[in-house]
Amino acid sequence: MSETHYHHLRDLPSRHILGTGTPMCAGCGGLATLHQVYDLMGEKCVIVNGASCLTLLSVYPYTPFRGSWLYTAMACAPAGAQGVRDGLDILKKKGRISEAEDLEVVVLTGDGSAYGMGLSATSGAMDRNLDFLYLCYDNEGYGNTGQQFSPATPHAAHTATSKGPKGYPGYKKDLFGIWAAHQPSYVATVVAAEPLDLARKIERARSLTGPRLILALAPCPTGWDYEPSATVEIGKLAVQTGIWPLKEYVDGRVVHTKIPHPRLKVEEYLKAQGRFRHLFAPRENREMIAEIQAGVDRYWQQVEQEQEQPRS
Amino acid sequence: MTRKLLTGNGAAAWGARLARIDYLPAFPITPQTEIIETLSNWIEGRELECRMVTMESEHSMLTAAGAAAVTGVRVFTATSSQGLLYATEMLYTVAGWRVPLVMVNVSRGLSSPITLEPDHNDVLAMRDCGFLQLHCATCQEVLDNLLIAYRLAEHPTVRLPVLVNLDGFYLSFTREPVLIPTQAEVDRFLPPFNPGSIRFRGGEPLSEGVAVLEGAAYSYFRYEAHLASLQGIRVYEELGQEFAGLFGRSYTALECYKSEDAEIVFVMIGSFATKAKEAVDRLREAGKKVGLVRPRLVRPFPAAALRGALAGKKGVAVIDQNLSPGKGGILHGELASALYGMAEAPPVLASFVGGLGGRDISSEEFFEIHKAVQRAVSEGVNPSPRLLYTEEELRGVRTMQSVARAADTKQGGGA
Ligand code: SF4
Repeated sequence: MSETHYHHLRDLPSRHILGTGTPMCAGCGGLATLHQVYDLMGEKCVIVNGASCLTLLSVYPYTPFRGSWLYTAMACAPAGAQGVRDGLDILKKKGRISEAEDLEVVVLTGDGSAYGMGLSATSGAMDRNLDFLYLCYDNEGYGNTGQQFSPATPHAAHTATSKGPKGYPGYKKDLFGIWAAHQPSYVATVVAAEPLDLARKIERARSLTGPRLILALAPCPTGWDYEPSATVEIGKLAVQTGIWPLKEYVDGRVVHTKIPHPRLKVEEYLKAQGRFRHLFAPRENREMIAEIQAGVDRYWQQVEQEQEQPRS
Repeated sequence: MTRKLLTGNGAAAWGARLARIDYLPAFPITPQTEIIETLSNWIEGRELECRMVTMESEHSMLTAAGAAAVTGVRVFTATSSQGLLYATEMLYTVAGWRVPLVMVNVSRGLSSPITLEPDHNDVLAMRDCGFLQLHCATCQEVLDNLLIAYRLAEHPTVRLPVLVNLDGFYLSFTREPVLIPTQAEVDRFLPPFNPGSIRFRGGEPLSEGVAVLEGAAYSYFRYEAHLASLQGIRVYEELGQEFAGLFGRSYTALECYKSEDAEIVFVMIGSFATKAKEAVDRLREAGKKVGLVRPRLVRPFPAAALRGALAGKKGVAVIDQNLSPGKGGILHGELASALYGMAEAPPVLASFVGGLGGRDISSEEFFEIHKAVQRAVSEGVNPSPRLLYTEEELRGVRTMQSVARAADTKQGGGA
C-alpha cells in the first residue's frame, strides 16, 4: 500500500462517533468493526442495512448513528444503495441539492445476506458499477437467530444446525473471490483486531469510486462460544494462523497486506473456541485438524508461488 | 392537448412522462415491458430527463424505487404478475417507509399453471400491503389516473405509494383514442414533489425503516398508515374534481353507470367492466332495470360510497376476476363486509367468478348472471357462488386431456 495517513495506532481517529449502549452482545466483533469504520468514515453517509444482528442498533426511538440509516430487507441492501445513490445523483445533476448535501452510501450486512440471500442484488450492483461501499461483518453463521450455519461457516464448525461430531460438512464460500471475479474497484478483507490494516483499507476504498467491499471477519463470542474478552485475541489468531488472510484486490491484482510469519498451527485458533471443541474432546480428531491445516497450507503455498512468478 | 391512438401501456408511459418522473428502476416482464421500453426511448432521445436503471429483479427494483423516493426524487416503476409477487416483501416495506412512489401493475394471472393472460389475482394479492390501488378501465383513465396518483401519493395527509392497475392484453395492448394534455397543463395540476423533512441529506440525519421492539410502537405505525390510507378516499374525490376543472374529465372513487334507478347492479373492477356496461345497455333495451358500479379505488376501500350506491337495490352481482381457493371471489367478501348491517342492504348479494387467465366473459353470461340474480330476488334466497364456465370449454379441455394421454401412451408411458 502506497500513501497512507495511518502509520501508528495514534494516527487512528480519537473521536468516537458511534453511540454506546447498544443491545449487541459484549465482545461483538461485528460492532467493533463498525465502530472503527464509522469513526473513519464520519457521519456524512447513509448506512443501508440488510437483516442481521446490527439491524437492532436502530430501535425506535433511539439510534447510535449520527448520520442516516435505511433498513431494507435481507436480500436487497445493495439495491437500496442503488436507489439512494441514484436519487442523490439526480438531485445534484438537476441542481436541487448542493455537493455539501451529498452523502456516501454504505451497505452494512452480515454474512447471511452477503454470502447468500443478497448475492444476486450484490452481483447486480457490481454489474451496474454502483458507487458504494459494502461492509460485511462475517460472523460465519446466522448469528441473529442463534448461529445456524450459513454459506460462510467454516468446515467442521459446530453451529445450532450442525451439532454432530463432524460439525458443518460444507466449506466456507470464497466471497472475496466472487467479488473479485466481477472486477470491481476494490475488495479487501479486514479484522477489527488489526485496526491499522483496517484503517488503511478504508482509506484506500474511499479514495476510489465504484463497487467496493470490506469483508470483516467478526469474531462472535455468542455464536463461536468463547469469553467476550477474547475477541481481539481470536481475531489476531485468525490472522496469525493464516486462516483469515488479510488481502486486497485492486486494479485486477490481489495483494496480501499481512503475511503471517511464522504461521501458527491452526489448533491455536480452533482450540480457543467452543465451536471447535469436538475436534479436541473427548478425543482429538487428528484427521479433521490435519484437513483444516492442509487447506490453509495449500492456500499460502499458492500465494507464495504466485509471488515468485514474474508478472508479465 | 392532442388526440392519439395509444395502448394502455402507451398511456401509462405518457402519464409517467407528463408527471416528469426523475427515476425509473425497471425490470422487464410481459405484458408490462412496452411501458419501460417506451420510456427508455424517450430518455434516450432526451425527450424525458429521467434516470432509468435496469435492476436484476423486481425485488431489487422496488427496493431501489423506495430508497430513491426517500431522497426526494419522483419515482415511477412498473411490473406484472410474477414480478409483483417477487417484490411482495418490498411492497410492504416501502409502504412502511411512507414514500410516495407510483407503480403500474399490468395484471396477469399467476402461476401455476403459468399464463400470460390477465386476471386480478396478482394485484389483489397485494391488497394488504399498504399501497393505494387505483383500477383503470380505459386507456384514457390510465393516463389521467397516473397524474392523479402522484398528487394522491404525495399528498401530505396520505404519503403512501400508489399502484395503478390495468389489465394485461385487454388494456395493455388495446389501442384507444387518448387525449394527451400538454406539459404546461399537467404542470398546473401536478407541481414538483416536495418531500418535506423525510429525505436523505448531508447534515440532516434521518433513520428510515428502523426496528420497533413492542406491539404498542408497531401498532402505532401500522394504524397511522391505515388512517392515512383512509384519508385517500376524500383526497381522491377532491383531486378528481380539481382534475375535472382543468381537463374536463372527472374521476370519482366509484363509477356508477345507470345504477341510480337500477334494481339489480353488477359490481366489477377493471377493463372487463366495459363489457358489463354493454350488457347493461342491452338489458336496458329489453326493459330490465340494471346498472353497473365499478370501484376505481380498491385500497382505500370506498365502503361508504358503495353503501350509498347500493342502498335499496334488490340484488347485487359481484363478478370477481380472481379466485381465493377455498373461499371464492375476493371482492364479494369485501363488499359483504361493507354492506353488512346496513338498513337498506340489498337482500341478494351473489358471487360470480370468471375471466380468469384471460377467459372472456360473454354478453350471454352477463344476461345469465342477471337472470340468476333476478330469480334469487323473487325467491328471496341468496344463490350459492358460481364459477363461470361453459360446457364447450369443458369439452375443449377434455379434448386436450385425451391428446395428452394419447401422447403419453405413444411415448411408452405404459412400458
Ligand atoms: S450474536 Fe455475535 S454477531 Fe450477533 S451481536 Fe452477538 S456477538 Fe455480535
